[in-house]
Amino acid sequence: MAHSAQRRWYPLAAAIAALVLLPLSVLLLSWGEVDGEIWQHLWDTQMPRLLGNTLSLVLGVGVGVTLLGVSLAWLTSLCEFPGRKWLDWALMLPFAIPAYVLAFVFVGLLDFAGPVQTLLREWFGSGLRLPRVRSTGGVIVVLVLVFYPYVYLLARTAFLAQGKGLMEAARVLGLSPWQAFWRVALPVARPAIGAGLALALMETLADFGAVSVFNFDTFTTAIYKTWYGFYSLSSATQLASLLLLAVMLLLYTERRARGASRPGNERARSAPLYHLRGARALAASAWCGLVLLCAFVVPMLQLLVWFWQRGRFDLDERYVGLILHTLYLGGMAALITVALAMLLAFARRLAPTRRMQALVGLANLGYALPGSVLAVSIMLAFSWLDRHLVIPLSGALGGDGKPLLLGSLSALLLAYLVRFMAVAHGPLESSLGRIRPSLPEASRSLGIGGVRLFRRVYLPLLVPGTLSAALLVFVDVLKEMPATLLMRPFGWDTLAVRVFEMTSEGEWARAALPALTLVLVGLLPVIGLIRRSARRYG
Amino acid sequence: MQANKKILAALALTTLAGTVQAADEVVVYSARIDELIKPVFDQYTAKTGVKVKFITDKEAPLLARLKAEGENTPADLLITVDAGNLWQAEQEGVLKPLQSKVIDANIPSQYRSSTGAWTGLSLRARTIVYSTARVKPAELSTYEALADKNWEGRLCLRSSKKVYNQSLTATLIETHGAEKAEQIVKGWVANLATDPFADDTALIQAIDAGQCDVGIVNTYYYGRLHQQQPDLKAKLFWPNQADRGVHVNLAGAGVTKHAPHAEAAQQLLEWMTSEEAQGVFAGVNQEYPANPKVAPSKEVAAWGSFKADSIPVEVAGKRQAEAIRLMDRAGWN
Repeated sequence: MAHSAQRRWYPLAAAIAALVLLPLSVLLLSWGEVDGEIWQHLWDTQMPRLLGNTLSLVLGVGVGVTLLGVSLAWLTSLCEFPGRKWLDWALMLPFAIPAYVLAFVFVGLLDFAGPVQTLLREWFGSGLRLPRVRSTGGVIVVLVLVFYPYVYLLARTAFLAQGKGLMEAARVLGLSPWQAFWRVALPVARPAIGAGLALALMETLADFGAVSVFNFDTFTTAIYKTWYGFYSLSSATQLASLLLLAVMLLLYTERRARGASRPGNERARSAPLYHLRGARALAASAWCGLVLLCAFVVPMLQLLVWFWQRGRFDLDERYVGLILHTLYLGGMAALITVALAMLLAFARRLAPTRRMQALVGLANLGYALPGSVLAVSIMLAFSWLDRHLVIPLSGALGGDGKPLLLGSLSALLLAYLVRFMAVAHGPLESSLGRIRPSLPEASRSLGIGGVRLFRRVYLPLLVPGTLSAALLVFVDVLKEMPATLLMRPFGWDTLAVRVFEMTSEGEWARAALPALTLVLVGLLPVIGLIRRSARRYG
Repeated sequence: MQANKKILAALALTTLAGTVQAADEVVVYSARIDELIKPVFDQYTAKTGVKVKFITDKEAPLLARLKAEGENTPADLLITVDAGNLWQAEQEGVLKPLQSKVIDANIPSQYRSSTGAWTGLSLRARTIVYSTARVKPAELSTYEALADKNWEGRLCLRSSKKVYNQSLTATLIETHGAEKAEQIVKGWVANLATDPFADDTALIQAIDAGQCDVGIVNTYYYGRLHQQQPDLKAKLFWPNQADRGVHVNLAGAGVTKHAPHAEAAQQLLEWMTSEEAQGVFAGVNQEYPANPKVAPSKEVAAWGSFKADSIPVEVAGKRQAEAIRLMDRAGWN
């Protein structure tokens, strides 16, 4: 039973969940009318292949991001080897590259007509064939390389926060580094790894941009085909709600497997634990370097080449506006989303009832939907509000009875909030979970409560988690395409909009200019924040 | 009291930054990208002083937005890059049928809606591209013949999810009936050299690099690539010249049903069909002007003239769903 102090949190959590429920209810309402013909057709000709493709993608990406994310985080946060200091933050850089950009770079570089295969043919004749890049394996590699930073960032924060006591105790008790990793560090970091994995898989399920560059059909491409091809938005939203169901199942499993989050001891470690030498140090540097090379250095070089060949001729003063719009939207969205996600995380901690869990779960669902479907749902919800609320209200107040929401900046920011709540919530919740309840209790007994308790006790401990959350949301908003396209006010073109326009015409080389600018704009906060969090512990 | 209400309303307005419309402007929702429409709009603004505001997105989201906004829409004009989507917009009742002598005189009737709800502005020929290294033009004849055995392992196609291929297949159904059309499409799929591509440019590059010998593309993709790579080992071929002609789709536009500036929008649309605007509209993308009085650009004219399919482009919309189902059955991904 919830007591009254807990119930105080309900209205707030309910209000935030309602924001997300608004577009989701549009999805559910679509079931009012079912087009049997489309469903029959999809079932007969498409579903087995699509489900098979989607499943192999989820499995492949899941295993890949976990392996990459955890191994890199372990190496950079607990070991010492040549290059660790800068690899530590550099490994976060691929996060600034949108999935659709990495996809067109890989296909452009490695497909039959690309420079690599052309060169190989010139050297060795046509007998030599690389494995096909436009294949299941190719899609998996690209998505792993863009999504592993979710696991890396969260696992790294968790490993760092485990403090020296825990790992030193493991060492004193005679565990080898390998044993300490499996039996101590990994179990303690599991909630964070789970949260990162869940984010990566939600992104994978919802991805449309990258898979369409490969012409790789998934459940999500079927949603778009139903909408764009059969003109059946209702069948598309029905499919999307099934996808949502799958994601809810995934999240539920993740919650169950994660168990209760265990508080750490908050004492920061001063130096890396394991100094690798010889072959081991070499292997560690090589592994981290290889990932960085494939996920960041090579794609950036290809983008630079394309920029030089084609993109530079498009560079004009309009890019100032594009960059400013992009920064403004990312910054505002990060601020709003992190603030509300923080409130939700506290609501859940201070009122840990079932009902609260359900509300918080609902508020985080927006991330699981393909961007366009969510965007159109939000758009439909806003236009409904405009018609039934804003116009009558504005008329009654003596205004001119015009719709205000749709096409306004606030509507776009709300759309970002709905979409990226889960991204902010993950890191905040896991870093809040590491604060032992005894700490605020002790503070209260010393007479520090309310806002002061938050400012002086919680906030300093939450800084790394908050920065991670803000960074993730900021960069995700920079890369976001469908909602930005559909809901931006007139004149508010962003870099992602420009990338869309170029790639929609198959002009990958010219898309390199906006894509490169997008990555550079996203890089600055990535570097700044990750270095800052490294200092805190290092 | 009244003043207070006004201040409240004004505050609400400024915080929400809603769309306030001036009289001397036209608002456009466009599926044609910024750089392919802005030059035309800029020219119109310079000439008339009428400002043109626009946002770009894909057709389906724009259409959904138009429908959702209903009579509150700020949009006056919808521009798409294919006839199927214009037809669909007309079916959904978001376009206003126009009686315009100017448009009727400028644009041939097969490139317009029969109700006057929309008109084509530029033509996009979807034709055969072949490797100059491995194919003689004499070996080529029709789209249908690409299903023959001798093209096995030599054909490249773009994804069936692209509306251009859906429209092409729709006209195959219209011409041959569903059964024969499915046989043809199955023949194409059996002849594929590699999985379908995500875009036409990649397809032409594959032909140039030797991955396949023939393919089907829109001509302007060839034009763009040829401009960057004059030594391209690929050329365009005009098929079906002895029978129905080359498949033609179009970019076009219609005035929205609830356009706040309907008159200004119609004037803009009429001007866009004029000889003055047509050269720019088609020229920026190496397309063919829909107004037959305007000649295509020099690069485009160099590919030679051809007989175009006379099927009304509306067919693309009417048969689109049927075409997709057929392509799915045939295994064209």
